[in-house]
Amino acid sequence: MTSIAIPAGMPQYDDAPRFDVARVRADFPILDREVNGHPLVYLDSANTSHKPRQVLDVLAEHYATHNANVSRSVHTLGTEATEAYEGARAKIAAFVNAPSVDEVVFTKNSTEAINIVAYAFSNASLRPDADPRFRLGPGDEIVISEMEHHSNIVPWQLLAERTGATLRWFPVTDAGRLDESGLEELVTERTKIVSLVHTSNILGTVNATARITERVRQVGALLLLDCSQSVPHMPVDVVDLDADFVVFTGHKMCGPTGIGVLWGRGELLAAMPPVLGGGSMIETVSMARSTFAAPPARFEAGTPPIAEAVALGAAVDYLTGIGMRAIQWHEKELTAYALDALATVPKLRIFGPTVPVGRGGTISFALGDVHPHDVGQVLDSLGVQVRVGHHCAKPVCTRFGVPAMTRASFYLYTTTEEIDALVAGLEQVRKVFD
Amino acid sequence: MQLDQLYQEIILDHYKHPHGRGLRDAEDPAARVAEAHHVNPTCGDEITVRVAADGDRLADISYDGMGCSISQASASVLHELLTGRGAGEAFVVHQAFVELMSGRGQVTPDEDVLGDGVAFAGVARYPARVKCALLPWMAFKDAAARAGVGASPTEVKA
Repeated sequence: MTSIAIPAGMPQYDDAPRFDVARVRADFPILDREVNGHPLVYLDSANTSHKPRQVLDVLAEHYATHNANVSRSVHTLGTEATEAYEGARAKIAAFVNAPSVDEVVFTKNSTEAINIVAYAFSNASLRPDADPRFRLGPGDEIVISEMEHHSNIVPWQLLAERTGATLRWFPVTDAGRLDESGLEELVTERTKIVSLVHTSNILGTVNATARITERVRQVGALLLLDCSQSVPHMPVDVVDLDADFVVFTGHKMCGPTGIGVLWGRGELLAAMPPVLGGGSMIETVSMARSTFAAPPARFEAGTPPIAEAVALGAAVDYLTGIGMRAIQWHEKELTAYALDALATVPKLRIFGPTVPVGRGGTISFALGDVHPHDVGQVLDSLGVQVRVGHHCAKPVCTRFGVPAMTRASFYLYTTTEEIDALVAGLEQVRKVFD
Repeated sequence: MQLDQLYQEIILDHYKHPHGRGLRDAEDPAARVAEAHHVNPTCGDEITVRVAADGDRLADISYDGMGCSISQASASVLHELLTGRGAGEAFVVHQAFVELMSGRGQVTPDEDVLGDGVAFAGVARYPARVKCALLPWMAFKDAAARAGVGASPTEVKA
């Protein structure tokens, strides 16, 4: 075997940032459990991630010692709770390099974050004095892609229906990449917003957004990136991405459910009308009319998920402690290993990129004609947890001519042994159904 | 082993060698023909069931669809159990199957009524799969109603 030496002065293989996976696994209590008499093999982190003790402890401690409502109490507990909640906002702002803490709006999840932007457009379209960048009508266009999660399709379909605007989309290539060949015709002076997924939840594709961003700037449209599957897995810098809005969700990044983030450029958030009305989002209220608080409060009506936000702050601390570059590298190695291993399985077809470049650790596939439900059921009997179905991305399934797919997805606690268990499980599936 | 309760030989056999698959035209041009297309929104499975009714008799039940072994085998069993039966009888079987699937594994099926359908008793223990088994049966119920055959035993006999 010949070995190729990397020239001195270049990054060496050993320079890659790494962490001890066994030690990380020890932080996640659920990884000790068994499923159907087998050790748990959790390959569904793109659906939701597990939570380390460091996050669970903060969640419990918040309720046990600091519980109070935020932003409205002068008492000690209220002050502690507010400090914890706002402290979490600052941690998250730093995590994605937001220029200002006030650009981080807490939401329920990515879906709600996208809907806030879509409804801000909707509300602005009803007001002649609203910022023209948010006003939509017949002749205006919204651009998405065929690769989107339903949460980045349906809100825009509904918005187009309400305003008379037209919805258009980027197609997907056979290799599972975004087809940018029609960029100039698709994104034009008529385009008001382009809303795209950063990393596909079903194909694993990581979209290179620079060309699209450049075109969006040229035509004066706005750009939203759905980073639900990228923020948990790689360093994401909102300044570097040069987007206008970025959304992500806490439960996929070691945080609790019920908490997500809408990041928006400060100047844009300030120009957006409110969406949900209620407590905390106002400046002053009279019986006839109200005026509204500045962002982020303007978009956080009602008591927010306080403990969840605080615990998301703890999740961000946890991930930062391990290092997002190291997590990204770990998943890249796992993905390369899994793509090689899955290639040895007879009749297995991978949907999406088959090389570990420009893709994340989410791999969808078909096993001959065996229906994904049946694949998932047999794997479950062996303790292997994968997702089966259309993954809330039905147009992608349609694009590749299948009703459903089986998906394995990895995270910082995933091991190569678990990928081996998947491959062995697929052999069992073939035994039952061939 | 648990998995064997779900994937009984009878189910796998119906899946691999489905009975009566493929949508067919009615032999008797006077038959009332109607169909229903049902989808399972959580997994994207689809089935079309077509009923050809000759008076009160289900002269033919044909179907086509894409789905998992459970839903496809269930359609095959439905075809075998109900084709050629009178509507009253058919809906007794239909109700027994729905009861079996809603029983969380606590219902003992009657083989005289359900035939190969008894093999689905194990499926009832898997809440995520009950919908798969019921998909063709619900499509059949709609198709039969559209063909003018009553939608439940009590409503039968138009």
